[in-house]
Amino acid sequence: MSTQASMNAVVNDAASREYLVFSLGDEEYAVDILKVQEIRGYENVTRIANVPDFIKGVTNLRGVIVPIIDLRLKFHLDKVEYDGQTVVIVVNVDDRIVGIVVDGVSDVMSLAPDQIKPAPEFGVTLSSDYLSGIGSLEDRMLVLVDIEKLLTHEEMQLVERTAESA
Amino acid sequence: MDISDFYDTFFEEAEELLADMERLLLDLDVDDPDVEELNAIFRAAHSIKGGAGTFGFTVLQETTHLLENLLDHTRRGELTLRRDIVDTFLETKDMLHDQLNAYRNGSEPDAEAFERISRVLQQMALDELGQGDAAPAVAAAAEPKPSAELPAVSEHDQEGGDAGKNSTRRLAITLTGVNDKDRDLLVDELEHFGTIVSQSGDAARYQVLLDSTESQGDIEAVLCFIIEPEQLSIHADEVPAAEGGAGEAAATESKPVEAPAREIPEEQKPGQATAKAEAAPARAAAKSGGKSAKGGESNTIRVPVDKVDQIINLVGELIITQSMLEQTASDLDIVSHGPLVNGMNLLQRNARDLQESVMSIRMMPMDYVFSRFPRLVRDLAAKLGKDVELITEGKSTELDKSLIERIIDPLTHLVRNSLDHGLESPEKREASGKSPTGHLTLSAQHQGGNILIEVIDDGAGLNREKILAKARSSGLAVTDAMSDDDVWQLIFAPGFSTAEQVSDVSGRGVGMDVVKRNIQAMGGHVEILSKTGQGTTTRIVLPLTLAILDGMSIRCGGETFLLPLNAVLESLQPQPDDIYSMAGDDQLLKVRDEYLPIIALHHALDVANAKTELTEAITVIVQGEGRRYALLVDDLVGQQQVVVKNLETNYRKVPGISAATILGDGSVALILDIADLHRLDRRKSQQRHETKRQNLQEVSLV
Repeated sequence: MSTQASMNAVVNDAASREYLVFSLGDEEYAVDILKVQEIRGYENVTRIANVPDFIKGVTNLRGVIVPIIDLRLKFHLDKVEYDGQTVVIVVNVDDRIVGIVVDGVSDVMSLAPDQIKPAPEFGVTLSSDYLSGIGSLEDRMLVLVDIEKLLTHEEMQLVERTAESA
Repeated sequence: MDISDFYDTFFEEAEELLADMERLLLDLDVDDPDVEELNAIFRAAHSIKGGAGTFGFTVLQETTHLLENLLDHTRRGELTLRRDIVDTFLETKDMLHDQLNAYRNGSEPDAEAFERISRVLQQMALDELGQGDAAPAVAAAAEPKPSAELPAVSEHDQEGGDAGKNSTRRLAITLTGVNDKDRDLLVDELEHFGTIVSQSGDAARYQVLLDSTESQGDIEAVLCFIIEPEQLSIHADEVPAAEGGAGEAAATESKPVEAPAREIPEEQKPGQATAKAEAAPARAAAKSGGKSAKGGESNTIRVPVDKVDQIINLVGELIITQSMLEQTASDLDIVSHGPLVNGMNLLQRNARDLQESVMSIRMMPMDYVFSRFPRLVRDLAAKLGKDVELITEGKSTELDKSLIERIIDPLTHLVRNSLDHGLESPEKREASGKSPTGHLTLSAQHQGGNILIEVIDDGAGLNREKILAKARSSGLAVTDAMSDDDVWQLIFAPGFSTAEQVSDVSGRGVGMDVVKRNIQAMGGHVEILSKTGQGTTTRIVLPLTLAILDGMSIRCGGETFLLPLNAVLESLQPQPDDIYSMAGDDQLLKVRDEYLPIIALHHALDVANAKTELTEAITVIVQGEGRRYALLVDDLVGQQQVVVKNLETNYRKVPGISAATILGDGSVALILDIADLHRLDRRKSQQRHETKRQNLQEVSLV
């Protein structure tokens, strides 16, 4: 019986992926944990002028200049506060290091393919382009964000080519 | 480990060897060549050949081989150098470079070019050396020759071969499975070792009898560059000529139909092949041993640039931490914390020294750039029918590697310009009372924290009238009253060329503006001094390095920014009397007799809580890309050296900002881009006008 269970676990592990779950307001989101480099507090961000408001500025990450994006502003959440609980998830996408500001990080979850539902075709502020799906976990719903697509998307104005086309 | 891991090392090395070769060839006194230099050139070719052979770059290897042969004859004094021979050598060197690049890019070199250059080299060998070798060959052919019936290879023969190195012996060389082309090459090759007594056979098996003083090993080593060791066997043939039959074969010279070699019993072949195969690795080992011994003599190590950059980055971090500690320690009481304060001072000094030494790793001598010009000048001068002497000064002046690589193109352009437009033909020069030989000087020197590079020619100088006329015809705003300096600046305008004829050298007018832009992109500037009839001097001023910037830190509404110090002219507190407004919003500041536009930093960069009252704030007079303006800031903080951090690594280019840096407290400060800030402010003002106009329209509609 126990061998059966552990075997199941192995099978599960092979197919399922781990996600870092974070909260924006009351909503729960998740990103592929392999994209996450580290989690740190929100501090010492230098403002950059003439950029969209969700780009908070740049910060010094052990000698590397890293842009910081506030997803709460990007997703038009009502309450945006910066306090001791505010967390920056440092992700590594497309050979770039970017920090994203969220309200909190809760846990790391393993989701099997059958727990991931396709993302619904709607959303004005959050285009389904950036979503890799919806994770359903008992009574919780996790919005799975394709962080790579989101950050390299033109709207984010993070990557140079967007500046040229604009 | 895969052999391809060593490819890069070979490419680097070969590149350096080729550069050496070119330099030596150019320095060579054609009439009285220095034997040591000839030896050095030969060694360079030989080393490249060796490497190419090891890595299987056949074309490269064969080309170098041909070159090496000629060089060998040259150094032994058998081939008398002439200018055109040196030219051919240089051409070959270029070809080798192309081939090297082809291999580096993982493709095969241009076969046609290879064919051509090998024909040229072979022809040269024939023309220059043909008589020397042919005569004994003919004489030898008259004697009766030994046949191909030979004793099998044995220990005894091998020993004999080595012992009798210096006496002429007869060697029987058997080639198996060698095609005609290679065979001809090999035979040519063998001629250099001695006298070919006879040759016969076909592609499957070909035999050459050679009288030579060289050892078997040497001959084999050379031939193995063209064919596999298995295809070759050499044995000493001590038996003097006895049997007939081969005589006719020898008499028919180069392409005999009959092959007496077939008489050799087949079973000998495998044995010979193995013997050779065994000998080959031993030789290879000896060779590599020799090579590493040579490597030990050199005092340099090869390090990838990113490793160096990583060290530089880490040292930058160390400096930041150090200044952070220093700030903390400065608050401490020096009496009770004496040792700590002393320690901090020591740390500061050591950290600075460390930074300096690390930065110097990236520094390269200007010789790296200058050394490519003798060739260019020589070729171009010949093409243009001009007599030019190139003088280089300050070769050892050091500059950051990234800058040194980027200065090559602009400098090449300036040199071409000088040769094409600046320096006159010998006749013209004589007519105007100058020496027929034009002088082109390249010089480099340190000046403060900058490097000053000058391209000086003693040619005709810039033609003021011509430039003005051309500027008018291309619609630039000019007047006859302009100062010379302003006129010279015109040639940096895009699309500007006063050359009457567009040559393939220069004159298309795409040049000088690109030169200027490139130099500005490196944080430097370029200026021109010219006197009609006496020559032109182009002066390039560059910062020593891009990694560290002398900055002036300023504050604006609680935020800290850095201004590059070289852009700052002066700073002053504006007086109400000196402020003038223009067209409503725009404001000008009168500084001495100049009216400068005022650009408020808080406006351009949307800084909140900044001092908006002009007379309370400070203006910094800055200059960038030829524009001068007064930048309005809250306060000056001080002057400091900062490590420049790229914003584009993880983010993107930000308007008005050139880069970022990390301050002593660990926070990020942005470095302002003076010229771009001006453009940004212009754009924002326009936007503001636009919205204003729209608002007015809406009001009037209502």
